Amino acid sequence: MTMSEPQAARGATKARGAIWRRAFSYILPFVVVASLWQIASLFFPPFLFPSLIDVFKRCFGILVHWDQLSDVLATVGRILAGLAGAFFIGAALAVVMARSQSANRFLSPILTLFQGIPALSWVVFAIIWFHGIEPRIFFIMVMTTLPAFTFQVLGALQGMSRDLTEMVMSFRPTRAKLFRVMIIPAILPDIMTAWKVNLGNASRVVVVAELVGATGGVGYELLQQQQVFDMAGALAWTLQLVFFVLIAQAVLTFIENIVFRYRAVSERTL
Amino acid sequence: MTVAQPIIRLDQVTKAFGASSAGASFKAVDRLDLEVGSGQMLALLGKTGCGKSTIFNMIAGLTEPTSGIVTVDGRNPFHDFDAFRGKIAIVFQNDRLLPWRTAVQNVELGLEMLDIPPGQRNETAMHWLGKLGLLGHEHDYPHALSGGMRQRVSIARAFATDANILLCDEPFSALDEMTGRTLRAEFLKLVKENGKTAVFITHSINEALEIGDRIIVLRRPANIAIDLRLETETTVAEKDEIRQKIQNVLAM
Repeated sequence: MTMSEPQAARGATKARGAIWRRAFSYILPFVVVASLWQIASLFFPPFLFPSLIDVFKRCFGILVHWDQLSDVLATVGRILAGLAGAFFIGAALAVVMARSQSANRFLSPILTLFQGIPALSWVVFAIIWFHGIEPRIFFIMVMTTLPAFTFQVLGALQGMSRDLTEMVMSFRPTRAKLFRVMIIPAILPDIMTAWKVNLGNASRVVVVAELVGATGGVGYELLQQQQVFDMAGALAWTLQLVFFVLIAQAVLTFIENIVFRYRAVSERTL
Repeated sequence: MTVAQPIIRLDQVTKAFGASSAGASFKAVDRLDLEVGSGQMLALLGKTGCGKSTIFNMIAGLTEPTSGIVTVDGRNPFHDFDAFRGKIAIVFQNDRLLPWRTAVQNVELGLEMLDIPPGQRNETAMHWLGKLGLLGHEHDYPHALSGGMRQRVSIARAFATDANILLCDEPFSALDEMTGRTLRAEFLKLVKENGKTAVFITHSINEALEIGDRIIVLRRPANIAIDLRLETETTVAEKDEIRQKIQNVLAM
């Protein structure tokens, strides 16, 4: 049976309405917060609540001035380098832990211990142990995100389907082929989630690391704004990191949509 | 029963699970002697939990016997694991298709392990998908296929490597009666056409009678209760007699 034209038109209108409602519900909280801020800026001095127009101008200024944009890019580079380092070390540790019970028993408490150490303590340790700025920040980034990456990859490895693994093993693959055809595709969804979660954590930690131990980057710039009580500047620099996280999350989601297109989607969602 | 040219041989094989020192071990297979001849179609029949799948896993080299010797083509399938690459193929109870691969990519899996070039791989996979009536679905992901179609893909995957030995673990048990019957007939035809040796695990007497040219009924823990040969000229009345005999053994 085919749909009549008015029915089809009603369906299309309904779908458009649903998209608008979703977009509206996504934007609404930001609009409310921005409006409240703008109203507050009318009643308080700019060093407490600067006008959003000033904040926007400062944001734009950061993006068009290379000396400032380079600070943003330095921070982004530090986040990505730290995350990449933590991911590769964490993945290697997770593989060892998944293969050996004794390695798991030995490493798990150490990683749990690391998880309990505050980011600021790692900053202090890094300043004492390392000389250069970059090694310090890299160390801090790795140490703060390593446990999460390790446990997430370990969980993914342990959660792999035994049936599918046995099926692949029945074809007697080499170790490299087992990794390529089975292990990597099976754990990739968890790896993507781990990156998404750790991206947010890393962007918060990098600011702390730069605040204390760097001479450039968003954290360092935030410190400068704090010293001159420039709230518009502080907000503008913070927003640079927020934009980065949003862009990075969007890129990861885009990759997920392509790579995981094999997933069945139920019409009745959670 | 001795077989002229056994390709699969189990000699006094026992498999126990659990910590034997704690006295909590469970014997799945108990001193089993079994020989399967080249080109034979053996149906292994037994109640649920009688150790059929354990025997299967030992022949496939996926698990090691606690005692006794398992040889396939004169070699130990567990220790010489890599030597059997492309020589043993398995059709599992459920399709076990990789969800991130399309139908044709799933069929190509075994061929990838054999380092077959991509073009040839695709050609072979398409040939088998065609034989199993799946042309037009080669680029579908498993979730888009019906249960019967998925099981067909898994059969195509097993046949694509051209392995001499096929191990089948109740491959049609999860399907409805009609689909199961159609697939069983297709499977039998392919096995005979290609001269394979097949070990077929089932808990259905009718399926065993339909498929096997030899039926072994197992008692629990796995050990041979009866070993029966079926000739092509076995009559319906004789089959009924065999069915009755099997039912009596299984009822014990």
